[in-house]
Amino acid sequence: MALLEIEDLTVEFRTASGLFRAVDGVSLSVDAGEILAIVGESGSGKSVAMLAVMGLLPWSAKVSARRLVFDGNDIAHLSARERRRIVGKDMAMIFQEPMSSLNPCFTVGFQIGETLKAHLGLSRSERRARSIELLAAVGIPDPERRLSAFPHQLSGGMSQRVMIAIAIACQPKLIIADEPTTALDVTIQAQILELLIALQRETGMGLVLITHDMGVVAETAQRVSVHYAGQKVEEQAVRDLFADPHHPYTAALLAALPERSTGRHLPSIPGVVPGQFDRPPACLFEPRCRFATARCRDKAPPRQGALAGFALCHYPLTHGRPIGHPNPAGREVAA
Amino acid sequence: MNATVLEASHLARHYRVSRGAFAPTATVKGLADASFRLEAGRTLAIVGESGCGKSTLARLVAMIEPPTSGRLDIGGVDIGTADKSALRALRTDVQIVFQNPYGSLNPRQTILDALTEPLALNGRGGNAAARREAARAMLQRVGLRPEHADRYPHMFSGGQRQRIAIARALMLQPKILVLDEPVSALDLSVQAQVLNLLVDLQQSFGLAYLFISHSLSVVRHMADEVAVMYLGRIVEQAPRDALFDNPLHPYTQALLSATPVADPERPRERIRLTGELPSPFNPPAGCAFNPRCPLAFDRCRRERPELEIHGETLVACWAANEAMSGRTL
Amino acid sequence: MPADRTAPAVMAPPGAFASFVRAFAENRAAVAGFFILALLVFVAIFANFLAPHSPVEQFRDFVRIPPMWQEGGNPAFPLGTDEVGRDMLSRLMFGARLSLFIGLAVVAASMVFGIVLGLVAAFFTGWPSILIMRAMDVILSVPSLLLAIVIVAVIGPSLTNTIVAITVVYLPNYVRLVRASALTEKSRDYVTAARVAGAGTFHIMFRTVLPNCMAPIIVQAALTISNAILEAAALGFLGLGAQPPSPEWGAMLASAREFLQSASWIVTEPGLAILITVIAINLVGDGLRDALDPKMRRS
Repeated sequence: MALLEIEDLTVEFRTASGLFRAVDGVSLSVDAGEILAIVGESGSGKSVAMLAVMGLLPWSAKVSARRLVFDGNDIAHLSARERRRIVGKDMAMIFQEPMSSLNPCFTVGFQIGETLKAHLGLSRSERRARSIELLAAVGIPDPERRLSAFPHQLSGGMSQRVMIAIAIACQPKLIIADEPTTALDVTIQAQILELLIALQRETGMGLVLITHDMGVVAETAQRVSVHYAGQKVEEQAVRDLFADPHHPYTAALLAALPERSTGRHLPSIPGVVPGQFDRPPACLFEPRCRFATARCRDKAPPRQGALAGFALCHYPLTHGRPIGHPNPAGREVAA
Repeated sequence: MNATVLEASHLARHYRVSRGAFAPTATVKGLADASFRLEAGRTLAIVGESGCGKSTLARLVAMIEPPTSGRLDIGGVDIGTADKSALRALRTDVQIVFQNPYGSLNPRQTILDALTEPLALNGRGGNAAARREAARAMLQRVGLRPEHADRYPHMFSGGQRQRIAIARALMLQPKILVLDEPVSALDLSVQAQVLNLLVDLQQSFGLAYLFISHSLSVVRHMADEVAVMYLGRIVEQAPRDALFDNPLHPYTQALLSATPVADPERPRERIRLTGELPSPFNPPAGCAFNPRCPLAFDRCRRERPELEIHGETLVACWAANEAMSGRTL
Repeated sequence: MPADRTAPAVMAPPGAFASFVRAFAENRAAVAGFFILALLVFVAIFANFLAPHSPVEQFRDFVRIPPMWQEGGNPAFPLGTDEVGRDMLSRLMFGARLSLFIGLAVVAASMVFGIVLGLVAAFFTGWPSILIMRAMDVILSVPSLLLAIVIVAVIGPSLTNTIVAITVVYLPNYVRLVRASALTEKSRDYVTAARVAGAGTFHIMFRTVLPNCMAPIIVQAALTISNAILEAAALGFLGLGAQPPSPEWGAMLASAREFLQSASWIVTEPGLAILITVIAINLVGDGLRDALDPKMRRS
């Protein structure tokens, strides 16, 4: 049984100029002991979907889902506050900016202790012992001394380690890491990713890794869900995704990576992600897609089966060629 | 051999930093020592992690800050001794594009004004109508529609803003473009568009690029030559292929192995770097990299290695020197 | 030609002005304040035509007539007359002109000097900055009304001198505000870009940085108008502001205070006029701040 099951999650924001749909009918599931990567560019709704599950969105968000089950609890119809009480202990989140995720007014030890007190009700000495244990577990040298450090005395990498320590403090079943290494340097990023994977292996928890970095995905994830403009457009095991992407967006995204290119010119995707005011009526990727036809403009694309990577597309690709497409060479889209 | 448009020798920039009311001010070497040459139509990439001095270098080259010591020649003129009017002319030869396209455009200025302003300030481009015409042509050149000229920056996406920033930098027809992390803030699909644009522009205008980046895959795509910096110094400098295929400095090797590659089939063998960047207030004695270096030995902790040439590569490392001399002997 | 042909590139999200109007209109109190203020401005401008009588004409036969809805009221004097038989309504209308003029003049003067001094303090970080900021600290260290009284006492009581005194009192607010926002903007990349493009210090100060600091300055200005009106009324009340017989609201209050028991309307009406004006301006100012300053805006 899946640890987290999301079915048809939709999140809309009330803005000054009407409703803006940030997440559009997303279904996902995460198993215990699995690393799922959610990939997408800005505006793909990848973070918003997970924040909605955690119940961390502001009041202007309207969340609806057909099914939202975490660890056997149906959390779809709970208020955000009740949801946080149930999932707060078993589901933890790590954010992108470690420097601003820690409260600058309190010591590291106090902030870890706060979590332990709120969820586990440990005594003062128990909290201290456990905090030292946690800091040691995330690879912070001299943990006893670091307990009394303030966040500004820590580097970005160290702060992110502290954030991870807080996240694993209650031995959660699922960790959601939202761009955990984007703000960090490459060598520190490697350390943090290794730490996350090691912790995940040791404890057998589920890990959702939200990222835009295809390199990070390739090196850490087991399964990948690709998101575009609020929709999930494809989901595959990581090797299959990189070997044979089925959605034209995934294919174009991979082709645009500098390290995969051969020539001086990168095959880029023209245009930009649609926003609130230029949302295409049917397929959201249609204006930028080199395989788009009149059908893509008129009719919302179907969800393909597992063989075609659950691609949300009329003409899913196999080895770069669209199936059932009238003109498999595609149109020329200048970039 | 292309013409040298910029030559830096032993550039350094120190900052005085107050460390609280009662502590004496400390001197931080934002940039300790950098020497390089830039040729027309070619790209020198500067790679390094935060705090390595690559942005300080960008600001020195763009003449936003004066160097504390060292010499910077632009088009053969030493900017340290040039008089005011010569300096003013030289300034237009070097333009800069910043990382964050949301901060680098004036929110209260239309795109047209942003593009014509450099011309107007320097009394170039004829009358106002001619300047506007030039701005519209440049917008078209960077892939935007000339009819967008009257809009404000907030109406554009990040990628489009970066195109505008590039267009503005090119209005004065500079010889050198300093690109300070020009695609780091952009999404992958847009990043490719902007990189393609930069390649095109370099070819058609014969620009020299000083390309600052932390992303090795972008650098590998763009650069002709790469300099790797660590704590204010260049530790390795080589033509692109030499650097990526045969890195000599252990830091370069670690950087390359730490960079995630979008290929799940690639065997992962990491050189694990323990520890973090040392504090710039208190750099380690000897080689700045020695506390994290897997190859460090006694000499590295005592003496700082200077750049030495090995084949096509300049490298500052005792271990590399020893390995190379062992090979040649 | 690398044009993005397939994408209609830039869409038109609501323009800056439209979204400002929308944000402002959301705040009902601010809209109400705006209408009251608009009415006041209208009355002040057209007082010549709207007022039933001259503000200084003394109707000796109609001294201390109560407002028309009270017993003994006279429809010719809708709000009654004062202790020497002048029509209250007319005096209040002309008084609105004076009060609003004082408010606007103070704001305009302190804004102009504040912007110049603030920008100089932000861009010349040597002795000019120290000199300006310490001078402002000195002004701030004296209670504002006391300072205004001292200035008026030195240069003599008159309407112009009232304006000068209150301008000096409010100067530090602007200088500090302008300097703080200029310092923030100064470090942004677009300023550096302008400098690389060849812009000189003055161009950067007034053409590049200043337009981006205007939002908080405008909000401060709106809120200062009401304070200036209050201070002017206070000075008038103390006999140091506009001199009789000019129908300044504070002076009206002062000259009638002995009639508080017997003819309370002579005192309450100018008081109410001050109250309503100040509230209306403050409501508009709050609305402006919410609409212009995204940091204060609720999410």
